[in-house]
Amino acid sequence: MRPHRASRWLYPRPEGLYCEPGGFFIDPVRPVDKSVITHGHADHARRGHGAVLATPETIAIMKIRYGEACAGAFQEAAYGEATAVGGVRIGLAPAGHILGSAQVVLDYDGSRVVISGDYKRSADPTCSPFEVVPCDVFVSEATFALPVFRHEPAGREASRLVESIRQQPARTHLLGVYGLGKCQRMIALIRAAGYDAPIHLHGALVALTEFYASQGFEFGALQPIATDARTNRRDFAGSLVMCPPAAIADRWSRRFEDPVTAFASGWMRVRGRALQRGVELPLIVSDHADWPELIATIEQTGAEEVWVTHGREDALVHQLSLMGIPARALTLVGFDDEGD
Amino acid sequence: MQPFAKLLDQLACTQSRNRKIALLADYFTATPDPDRGWALAALSDGLPYSLPLRRILPELMAGTVDPELYRLSRDYVGDTAETVSLLWRDRRKGAASATGDNRSPPSISDVVMTFGTAPRDCVPRLLAETLDRLDISGRFALLKLLAGAPRVGVSARLAKTALAIAFEHEVGEIEEVWHAVDPPYRELFGWLTGKSAKPDPGSRPVFRPLMLAHPIEDEDWARLDPGELNAEWKWDGIRVQIAAIGGHMRLFSRTGDDISKSFPEIASAFTRRHCVVDGELLVVRNGDVAPFNDLQQRLNRKTVSARMLRDYPAHVRLYDLLFDAGEDLRGLPFEERRKRLAAWHENAAPPLTDLSATVRFSSFEELSAIWQGTRADGIEGLMLKRKSSPYLAGRPKGHWWKWKRAPLTLDCVLMYAQRGSGKRSSFYSDYTFGVWRDDGPATLSLEANYGSETDAHAAPGELVPVGKAYSGFTDEELRKLDRFVRTNTLQRFGPVRAVAPTLVLEVAFDAVQFSTRHKSGVAMRFPRIARIRWDKPAVEADTLTTIKALIRAPATL
Repeated sequence: MRPHRASRWLYPRPEGLYCEPGGFFIDPVRPVDKSVITHGHADHARRGHGAVLATPETIAIMKIRYGEACAGAFQEAAYGEATAVGGVRIGLAPAGHILGSAQVVLDYDGSRVVISGDYKRSADPTCSPFEVVPCDVFVSEATFALPVFRHEPAGREASRLVESIRQQPARTHLLGVYGLGKCQRMIALIRAAGYDAPIHLHGALVALTEFYASQGFEFGALQPIATDARTNRRDFAGSLVMCPPAAIADRWSRRFEDPVTAFASGWMRVRGRALQRGVELPLIVSDHADWPELIATIEQTGAEEVWVTHGREDALVHQLSLMGIPARALTLVGFDDEGD
Repeated sequence: MQPFAKLLDQLACTQSRNRKIALLADYFTATPDPDRGWALAALSDGLPYSLPLRRILPELMAGTVDPELYRLSRDYVGDTAETVSLLWRDRRKGAASATGDNRSPPSISDVVMTFGTAPRDCVPRLLAETLDRLDISGRFALLKLLAGAPRVGVSARLAKTALAIAFEHEVGEIEEVWHAVDPPYRELFGWLTGKSAKPDPGSRPVFRPLMLAHPIEDEDWARLDPGELNAEWKWDGIRVQIAAIGGHMRLFSRTGDDISKSFPEIASAFTRRHCVVDGELLVVRNGDVAPFNDLQQRLNRKTVSARMLRDYPAHVRLYDLLFDAGEDLRGLPFEERRKRLAAWHENAAPPLTDLSATVRFSSFEELSAIWQGTRADGIEGLMLKRKSSPYLAGRPKGHWWKWKRAPLTLDCVLMYAQRGSGKRSSFYSDYTFGVWRDDGPATLSLEANYGSETDAHAAPGELVPVGKAYSGFTDEELRKLDRFVRTNTLQRFGPVRAVAPTLVLEVAFDAVQFSTRHKSGVAMRFPRIARIRWDKPAVEADTLTTIKALIRAPATL
């Protein structure tokens, strides 16, 4: 298969996916002069770049996580705004993954390449929905690229959690969530499911949730839990506590007597993954596209060729070959294909 | 099918034993016959049949999923039934599909009946139709059910315990009628719910709950009189019960599982008897009791080769006689039953059996001296039984005691720690420990590297794992060990951490055996942490030569 001609000006380098005429990298894994960042998750947005082009929300998130001086210069680009660098037209379009997440749309030499970053198609009250951008080459993530992955409707999963809290009023429900995106989406879903009691937050979740709130999202009453204080176990009986996934079964969680451990992630679709984490209430909620969404999205972009990154590339490349769409795995290192 | 599917889902995610029992008890009370009976069968002894799904399913999937995608999915998920349940196209009402199946999901009884009577060549088509009527959980439950045992962390014993709690009976009573009833257990549920009489075993051999012993404690001695007690050797096999009646016999494990098929020679030794006896199942060669490891070769086998029969000959050492012909002896004093056992054995003389010998003694001083010698004699310890005790189900207080030989101890070095489960899931509570290899040239290994890098003293060589323990320490010690593991981690492998080899654990254990499964070539029995030697340098821990010297020849008594 002859690679698409766009691969002459856009190709992987050890630092990440490189746009040669523009001299910039997309989501580079090590410090570079010029970068375009798709979204604020730590494996995509790293500190130490000379210049960062991203949505205003992504830049704000980077500053909260890494400090104001985490890059030499920042250039904000809202969805739909275009910039030109070295003859390359750069645009950002909503990816539906988390607040501020963007697909990067590059036009050069008569070709359009869209780099999806991480994305999903199902509804999320805490971010703009994914926008289909017709293109010649679509660079897709592949976190859940196996036909076994079909996520549940997120609202129904949140209702299961609320129902479990009602049924077991003597126990604390401990919900593991990633701190950026999943946490705020779950809070919004849980509120929509009719749960209005205060939600207790692990300290690591507080700053980003406050940022979301400052952007106008309504979360109801939230109460941070002091990380160091020896809190009374009984304080939390019957309530909902949210924490980072690693804290579910770590020293921090010992303050809760016999909690119901829940974890909201696309990985919970597979029993072994839930067992591995000792999760009692697995919730299948993901911020990544599942198998049908991946395939539908690729079809909708009308791309002549698809480049597949981080995840189960082999399955998606195989599926696309069955569909007659030229596809290849793009070897990019440094991405977390387990996060969700 | 849906309530059973939900039960399986919940059981899979529940670690607490009590919570599992509560889930099962709720299911058994809320579900009608015969559904609950089939579910009980699936969770205990299995359905009367199982389908070769391992062959059928890939063929069935080949028509709907690309084989390469199926292979990648199966590899990722790790379980065929689960992979199929996830990959099957949802054709139920409401699901997005043109061929929507409007029929309601089948009940577990529908499924058992349909597949139990279906001609072989119809099975794939029937299976496809049934899968079409179920959701992901339902499909998973269906496939697990038809494949035989669902393996959802529930033992037959736990299922019976849940029945006992749900219907307020003693679990012993349920065990006693268990082998007199068959799936879907209508008679059993009829009796449990008070609607019919207790099932009558008739001429079927059934299990009687065993009488078990307590470990003897220091304070027990003051209340005991040597003249009231009978002493026997404690044998290191598995406790069994043999029930024989009218040409049928069953060999039961101590929890009432029928293990007759694994021991055909014992079965034929008892086939034409009429009795219930209690004893120890052992491997005995030329009168010598082989190590427990040898017996293990014979356990859990569905078919037994002639070679297994020859290399690992089974034998039953008899302790007690519960029924002589139709006469129930359980109310008699032990002393009487023992006489009846001797008389019965002399008369019936079943092959591959002998009587557990009585150990004569006149004072506790004398008994203590005998106990001291048990290790040298390769015996696990002593059993003490009150001469006046009737045979009582369970572990009644004040009748039988086990007096295990004193444990051996060795100083080992902590090598790996693994997270516990349930209440201990936030603690590194399972410890793998090793000793220094001094019996040959050290091979280049991870352990050897740790040794040379982290020890100030010259390391004696390579550490090799000899055992794993997760008990013997207090909660306070657990917190300290957990902290040690976290601050001395060298490498992480999922839930396991390799730690710097600096902490000495004094490990108590019952015995050491040769083992081909462990790199060290030895395996400890019943290890536990006796003391944490925060004070002792790791270089002074024991060696493989020391541990191998503790392996003993078989007992000859």
